Amino acid sequence: MSLDVASIRQDFPVLHRLINDKPLVYLDSANTSQKPQVVIDALANFMSNGYAPINRSAYQLAAEATDLFEGTRTALAKFINAPKAHEVIFTKNATEALNLVIMSWGRANMNAGDTVLLTHMEHHANIVPWHMLVAERGIQLRWVPLTSDGQLDLSNLDSLLQGVKAFSFTSMSNVLGTINPVQQLCAAAHKAGAIAIVDGCQSVPHQPTDVQAWDADFVTFSSHKMCGPSGVGVLWGREELLEALPPFLGGGNMIADVRLDGFTTAELPAKFEAGTPAIAEVIALGAAVNYLENLGMANIRRHEIEMSTYVLNSLTARFGDDITIHGPTNPELRGATFSFAFRGIHPHDLSQVLDQSNVCVRAGHHCAKPLMRILGANATARASFYLYNTQQEADMLADALDSASDIF
Amino acid sequence: MAGLEDLYREIILDHYRTPRNRGELDAPAVSAEGHNPLCGDEIRIFVDVQNGIVTDVRFNGSGCSISQSSASMMTSAIKGKPVEQVKAIVKKFKSMMTVDEDESPVDESLNLGDLEALQGVVKFPVRIKCATLGWNTLLDALTTAGQ
Ligand SMILES: Cc1ncc(COP(=O)(O)O)c(C=O)c1O
Repeated sequence: MSLDVASIRQDFPVLHRLINDKPLVYLDSANTSQKPQVVIDALANFMSNGYAPINRSAYQLAAEATDLFEGTRTALAKFINAPKAHEVIFTKNATEALNLVIMSWGRANMNAGDTVLLTHMEHHANIVPWHMLVAERGIQLRWVPLTSDGQLDLSNLDSLLQGVKAFSFTSMSNVLGTINPVQQLCAAAHKAGAIAIVDGCQSVPHQPTDVQAWDADFVTFSSHKMCGPSGVGVLWGREELLEALPPFLGGGNMIADVRLDGFTTAELPAKFEAGTPAIAEVIALGAAVNYLENLGMANIRRHEIEMSTYVLNSLTARFGDDITIHGPTNPELRGATFSFAFRGIHPHDLSQVLDQSNVCVRAGHHCAKPLMRILGANATARASFYLYNTQQEADMLADALDSASDIF
Repeated sequence: MAGLEDLYREIILDHYRTPRNRGELDAPAVSAEGHNPLCGDEIRIFVDVQNGIVTDVRFNGSGCSISQSSASMMTSAIKGKPVEQVKAIVKKFKSMMTVDEDESPVDESLNLGDLEALQGVVKFPVRIKCATLGWNTLLDALTTAGQ
């Protein structure tokens, strides 16, 4: 079934906002997505009628809040096909989820000389915590390089994986749009005796996710990129690995007992959920998951393949060599996230000019400085499309790009 | 809303297209490096200070039209001036950009010349960091030069 984008757009109030009498063209969903009315309502409704603590009190209001909160966990487990709901852990964002895995698993399992394999297309959130372990533990980092069209160069994967303890990689590049063969990468990691950590931030909002089919060990993603509120990240991990992991943050909720001379941890998932979580936001994330499932993740993926096909064809037909679009040219191998260089105009200047037409794109290094260095750029402009974007908006991007040439 | 003509004034684009004092200086000149962590812009400022005078200044690196033109205009404005006066110009410029933090008075009599063209940047708050990148880096370079 194809998406009824016109009707989807009705669900997102902000898309009807006029800025300086012109419509908003929001092409920054790889950064953070807009929110449908059902998510806004879930947030407002809970704040207005149901706000209460979770897990702590006997009164009905608190019991309802706990049910709603746990309802999101159950919905998420189904959404990513996790075997057990208590394998789903809430954090404050994907960055914290990655830090949790890297620090807890890394400290428990890695010592001087042990090696981690990363890729050249990682977000800083999957690089910097490892650098911190390099400083703390003397571990070593190894990198999977890229091909010229921005895919992982897997020709030496098996030798790169030799002696590696963990392979940590993104399921989709937030800069190049490249979708990685997660299942194949997890299988290669396991064959080499390594665990597989998948940064799912960019793919989970855009296509079906099946952590069991992937055969991953840990997967992380963020609510705010999948139509949910900011302030919530998700870590999924295999039960036996989570059980064996030491806690990350200590405090309330994560303990079974605390004495003057120590503590014992709570069961999963509480063990990794220290302190009061983003209660309302987690509950509203449940509404986002429900919204996406009703539309169908496979349908969303199909829409984005169509968008990618249109964007790649129309921009190259119109601008030829004046535009360089990074990443794979085959829409099946990529998401609808496009970093590009245009007529030598600096991305910052470009995004400023596009803003005159309310075309919102991101300019910068996209938290992937090692990749930017490999691309030979300090920055790129990035237009990213989601379920509510149209071909007409791609044309508006192209028109706005043309107007930038008048200035520079 | 603020129009692009407020931002991209002709003199700014001129300095962007044909930057003045672009390049490097050898020792005894010293240098400092600045980054705009938001957008990845990088700049290096070289200064040669002799007897309290900035006898020469150069810059290189890469960035947007605002950061590059601001650095270019800055080098033209300070070259050959005594360090004290250079610091007063920096202060006046940062005050124009609304980011002058210390309490001492701004020398209102100073004429910023072409630099006044950057006034419009203030209407685009995210670009203020672009405009001031070279200036903050200049202060670091002067510190390195013992000034
Ligand atoms: C690939 C990737 N990993 C990690 C992150 C970090 O997500 P968050 O900022 O929600 O922690 C992002 C988002 O910016 C991302 O695109």
